[in-house]
Amino acid sequence: MNVDIHKTAPQLAPPLALPTTSQTIPQPVPRGADGEQPVFAVHDLNMHYGKNLALKDVTMDIRPRRITAIIGPSGCGKSTLIRCFNRMNELIPSARVSGEVLYHGENIYAPGVDPVVVRRHIGMVFQRPNPFPKSIYENVAFGAKINGYKGDMDELVERSLRRAALWDEVKNQLKKSALDLSGGQQQRLCIARAIAVEPDVILMDEPASALDPIATVRIEDLMQELKQDYSIVIVTHNMQQAARVSDETAFLYTEVDEATSARWGILVEFGETSQIFTRPRDKRTEDYVSGRFG
Amino acid sequence: MSWAEDLPPLDGGASAPDTQAGHAGGRWSGRCWAPGVSLRDCRPARRRVWRNRRNATLIVLAVVLTLIPVAMILYQITSKGIQTMDWEFLTSSQPFSLRRTGGGFLNGLIGTAIMVGLATLVSVPLGILGAVYLVEYGKGNWLAKLIRFFSDVMTGVPSIFVGLFVYTALVVQFGFGALMGAASLMIIMMPIVVRSTEEMLKLVPHELKDASYALGAAKWQTVLRVILPSAAPGITTGVMLAVARAAGETAPLLLTALGSIQLTAKLWGAPIQALPLAIFDGARNPFAAGQARAWAGALELLLIVLVFTIMARVVASRSRISR
Amino acid sequence: MRSGPSSPPAGVSLPGSSAETVAARLWQRKGVGRRADSLFAILAGLCGVLVLLVLAYMVISTTGTALPVFRSQGISFITSSDWQPSAGRFGTLAFIYGTIITSVIALIIAVPLSVGVALFLTEYAPKRLRTPIGYAVDLLAAVPSVIYGLWGVFVLLPLFLQPSADFLAEYLGFMPIFKGPASGLSYFGAGVILAIMITPIISSLTREVFSTVPTADRHAAYALGATRWEMVRQVVLPRGRAGIVGATMLGLGRALGETIAVALLVGSAAKVDPSIVRPGYTMAAVIANTFPEATGEHIRALVGIGVVLFVMTVIINMAARAIVWRFNRI
Repeated sequence: MNVDIHKTAPQLAPPLALPTTSQTIPQPVPRGADGEQPVFAVHDLNMHYGKNLALKDVTMDIRPRRITAIIGPSGCGKSTLIRCFNRMNELIPSARVSGEVLYHGENIYAPGVDPVVVRRHIGMVFQRPNPFPKSIYENVAFGAKINGYKGDMDELVERSLRRAALWDEVKNQLKKSALDLSGGQQQRLCIARAIAVEPDVILMDEPASALDPIATVRIEDLMQELKQDYSIVIVTHNMQQAARVSDETAFLYTEVDEATSARWGILVEFGETSQIFTRPRDKRTEDYVSGRFG
Repeated sequence: MSWAEDLPPLDGGASAPDTQAGHAGGRWSGRCWAPGVSLRDCRPARRRVWRNRRNATLIVLAVVLTLIPVAMILYQITSKGIQTMDWEFLTSSQPFSLRRTGGGFLNGLIGTAIMVGLATLVSVPLGILGAVYLVEYGKGNWLAKLIRFFSDVMTGVPSIFVGLFVYTALVVQFGFGALMGAASLMIIMMPIVVRSTEEMLKLVPHELKDASYALGAAKWQTVLRVILPSAAPGITTGVMLAVARAAGETAPLLLTALGSIQLTAKLWGAPIQALPLAIFDGARNPFAAGQARAWAGALELLLIVLVFTIMARVVASRSRISR
Repeated sequence: MRSGPSSPPAGVSLPGSSAETVAARLWQRKGVGRRADSLFAILAGLCGVLVLLVLAYMVISTTGTALPVFRSQGISFITSSDWQPSAGRFGTLAFIYGTIITSVIALIIAVPLSVGVALFLTEYAPKRLRTPIGYAVDLLAAVPSVIYGLWGVFVLLPLFLQPSADFLAEYLGFMPIFKGPASGLSYFGAGVILAIMITPIISSLTREVFSTVPTADRHAAYALGATRWEMVRQVVLPRGRAGIVGATMLGLGRALGETIAVALLVGSAAKVDPSIVRPGYTMAAVIANTFPEATGEHIRALVGIGVVLFVMTVIINMAARAIVWRFNRI
């Protein structure tokens, strides 16, 4: 049973017995002292691929200029969920979404909203770096050119590369093919490319899982810098990364219907990262973060 | 083949009396191993060995027989063609009287260039867009399946039938001409371009498309700026092979361009020569001069076709390396 | 830290679209917007449909042109071998017969050769030789048909076709199929050149088929003590049977429609002759050779021949693809 988050009073102390039912625990997300409106407010999001339910009744808020991590065992729908934020799931023909995702108060799934416009304002970085087979400059400038940027392109490219902590390494090689860069550099290039269209949210789907540890650290440092200007949502299967990097964490888990063996993802718990990892309210969360299952 | 010797008898030698070294017969053919017999003395049945060798020889013979025409054609076209191929040949047209020596196939070369060029200009964009439809818009729907199936059918249609069609549809009304020849070549080229482009487009990784959509690009922008440029080397290969095919086509041009000994660049209303047509005429020509020109023309045509075919392979292999 | 122009200052709750209005100064809204996508989709769809339209128009136009001849001749169009255009008699049996005979001869020669080449390249050839020889065989496929014709007439004919035809007629001439007087320009001559032309097609497809046989199966046969040929016979050939059939039929389709080389070598005799070393004619060849001088109903009859040829090749091609496609599924 879902309780509207904004109407529940904040809980004062965790209950002693950790509930393990499949009910969604009311998750109060305390409004910050500044009373900010969340960047994303998700209400009762259900996601289907054809007849198969993939996500059930997800309700959560993403607050601005924070890093929100989505964790959970593999196959529980983390990538599906993050792709709901920029309507990328629609690229799969059988995908259906019900519920709403409010971006700055507006439902991005409302009829009449063009997904192309939605995606411009919400950037995405993928698991495997996927630069276009073009030069570094053209990769960063691509989104800007597509969307009709009329300002100084060189300046935009430099600014984006600086923000992605890549400028110093490539500033003399902007015409070089992007495919010649290392994996970590390519991923930072993809971040620069996403930043260049001036979104205010960056979604990251396991951005460092294909990178070596040193490159991973650089990406994580970069995220800390970026969160000063952008809201970041990151999917990660690496719990330590989530604990290191994020301010808030959402834990997704798979529910199974014994009769039909259908599986779908549910949001079990959502809260401040420190609370999720040290004092989880749900037993499943506790089992996951303490490594009892992966 | 020494390691393919017969295995020892399965009953561990109980049948040893039957298979002593030197005795044929028993339960296994050939000489089997048995305790006391050296492996070096064992062989499979002579018939098996002989059959193996004979078939291997036959197979090598088949390869040799197949390669002989290749070698002969290349050698003879080069040697006979080079005799007549000179600057005059490359730059002048067929003489009025086919008996005369000298002259060349310039009219054919120009005609081929015009008609193949026109056909390429039309069939390539249309074919690429058609393939874009098949891969990006029509995934799995019945229309795409139909188009794909009939494109395959079209690639197997005899080219002379295409010529007949263009004759009945265009030439009857407008007369012979370069445009008609180009139309028939276009009909031949387009299914080839569609199918080969489709195969190349399918190879574009979906991550690239995802990246483009995630940046807020519309589908048409993604196709034009990401998908087509990525597949460009493969598409180029397919186009070059289609051009090589079109350059060598004779039959449809017989019925649409008709051929002529004049050097002309008129697009319609007058027959125009093509290189293969000129060679065809030369092959039926009883005069030595005409035949000599035909060989030189064949060398010219072969060079053009081979250049395009080999360039297509170079582009294909180069693009694979750079990935 | 620098802020981008579109990030709101901390602490201020913004309505959803202000980020856009700020950015709109530098970013032009897509004017054409959604319409561009649908326009492009329609354009692409039309290009795809174009293939269907052209094919349909081809069939309709040619059949329409030939219809009067079909009507006036009836079934004798394809059952009679009486071909006298000047007298208005259009029996095309001779051409149908010639087309089939030359293609059959071509297949008899080409299939063993192609399978042999394919086996050589997949089973017998040392690795270093595989690419060059495969390349050379594929080169055969790129050579235009008119060059085959030229070489066939001036080289193959005196060197091989005529002597072989004479040989066959002399020693086997008691059989009606080889009865002389022998001519190099005959069904046999056309069949040989067709065989050379379709071998690369059949062999490259067969090569693909053979290369899908798993190595494990080959090794299983060897491990049981098979010789190489036995392995080929028991493992590779059975697996590849459907593929060979499909490849053969595709080669057949190509042979049926081949025009120029055949026109130069078939002998141009519009009659049915049981002997393969006698001149004959094929459907494609008669169209190519006689079209320029034809008029009126003669042209319609030639178009009619083209329609019959088209139907034959389409049926064979479709059957071939169905077989190959089913083979790939397995």
